Amino acid sequence: MAEVLVLVDHVDGEIKKNTYEMLTAARRLGEPSAVVVGTPGTATKLSEGLAAHGAEKVYVAESDDAVNYLSTPQVDVLAALVERVSPPAVLVAGGADGREVAGRLAVRTNSGWLNDLVELDGQREGTHSIFGGAFTVQSRATTDTAIISWRGGSIEAEETAAAGTQETVEVPAIDASRSAKVSNRAPIVGGDRPELTEASVVVAGGRGVGSADNFNVVETLADSLHAAVGASRAAVDSGYYPNQFQVGQTGKTVSPQLYIALGISGAIQHRAGMQTSKTIVAVNKDPEAPIFEIADFGIVGDLFSVAPQLTEEVGKRA
Amino acid sequence: MNIVVLIKQVPDTWSERTLSDGDKTLDRASSDAVLDEINERAVEEALKIKEAGDAEVTIVTAGSDRATDAVRKALSMGADKAVHVNDEAIHGSDAIATAKVLAKAIGTVGDVDLVLAGNEATDGRSGAMAGMIGEILGWPSLTHANELSVADGTASVKRATDEGTCDVTAALPAVVSVGEKINEPRYPSFKGIMAAKKKPVSALGISDLGLDASEVGLAGSLVQVDSFAPRPPKSGGQKVEDEGDGGAKIAEFLVGQKLI
Repeated sequence: MAEVLVLVDHVDGEIKKNTYEMLTAARRLGEPSAVVVGTPGTATKLSEGLAAHGAEKVYVAESDDAVNYLSTPQVDVLAALVERVSPPAVLVAGGADGREVAGRLAVRTNSGWLNDLVELDGQREGTHSIFGGAFTVQSRATTDTAIISWRGGSIEAEETAAAGTQETVEVPAIDASRSAKVSNRAPIVGGDRPELTEASVVVAGGRGVGSADNFNVVETLADSLHAAVGASRAAVDSGYYPNQFQVGQTGKTVSPQLYIALGISGAIQHRAGMQTSKTIVAVNKDPEAPIFEIADFGIVGDLFSVAPQLTEEVGKRA
Repeated sequence: MNIVVLIKQVPDTWSERTLSDGDKTLDRASSDAVLDEINERAVEEALKIKEAGDAEVTIVTAGSDRATDAVRKALSMGADKAVHVNDEAIHGSDAIATAKVLAKAIGTVGDVDLVLAGNEATDGRSGAMAGMIGEILGWPSLTHANELSVADGTASVKRATDEGTCDVTAALPAVVSVGEKINEPRYPSFKGIMAAKKKPVSALGISDLGLDASEVGLAGSLVQVDSFAPRPPKSGGQKVEDEGDGGAKIAEFLVGQKLI
């Protein structure tokens, strides 16, 4: 059976959820082989989780250089493995770093690149959700290997026990004169809230929140629901909330089980980043706000009375 | 310093965007087109380097006649000249084919020290063009830069993504992609707009780049689009006026949906 490569997305010795989704998708095409690129000792911490989610093999590529250069170590390791095992697909997490690895790997191996997939079937047909979910597109790579960057939160990750047999592979020597050297790495600390793109509930505030201080109304409701906090572009541009929480065309695309929009009018810009949410609830003073056109449940009213009341109601049921 | 800035004309994200039925590509005619905002920041960054020292700034784009507007805007901001790859054959190119075309176009500019690009276009959203072009040219790519300095043959950037921040350095020639925070692009002045009309724009076809039609466009792409469908429109559900119990009503709804 064909080996399907999955580049493990990990930070601080922990596997990101997206990796389990990719292992699940990979199993539809063959036997998933996880590829760990990291500093020495990384794979030991990850192997149990990978084997529990269907990784038959774990390729261990460990070197201090793994964190000292930008995307090059991952591309080099994967390119060597593509050459060796001719996989029908290589799956990489769809964040900024992953897409860079995927794009470069596709060039290096002359393979078709399916970017931002939300589904993949056993015939290598991929599904994209584009223009903020306005269209779904089916496409496939015409090459022997498809390079796939995967959008997290798209499918249910399945647990399946597998061998997880480790094999050490080399991180090829890096040509320093042609590579970008990295220092002072600092992962973004998200605090106790779930990550925006991985959260099953998102509570977001817009211009109607009115100030940075007022965002605590949004945060309090979010915390009662164990939700991530998001913000519209208008709120970010006004300085109410940091840029990395922006939801919309120029920010993040989210697709949670529940999206609560507080004081967000719902311009196309914003809807493009959240309209594939399973259930949408909106609170806005303006009964004509476009957000109501896509909301499953809308309250025309003042978010400063509605949101705290909802927080209290959620608390009662917790 | 010889600087190339890659720009792209994109459908305005504030307008509705759609795909063409025939060849399943982005329907660029049906929506308003603008110079992608992130590209203006790339142009601005190049102009800052030019103003701080000595540099020639060349705009490079691949696109139809409509991309001329984006080229003119970049020139009116202060870039010196432009290369516009305008060829029917590139229509439908996937990300890799596009990267090949752009890499070849950069090659026509001469001894380039630095290529600047936006970190992610609002239409294709591959977010990896700088890395791919670097890969083709064999140059390092420094991506998602929120700060850039170039000195003594080295480019240094402060990189910021959703995943974290870091410092990145590499020897020139190099490709740098800029992020939203890097600068505030200038508005073209009246003088700049007038001057742009006289600046040289060389229009090239793919044969001028030494490429064959089979290497680009739909024919040269390694991905084929099989079908597409608009998402069924989501209709609004209930909308109620708050009568002092709005929060409680939402809670009831969420309970009904088994969400709390």
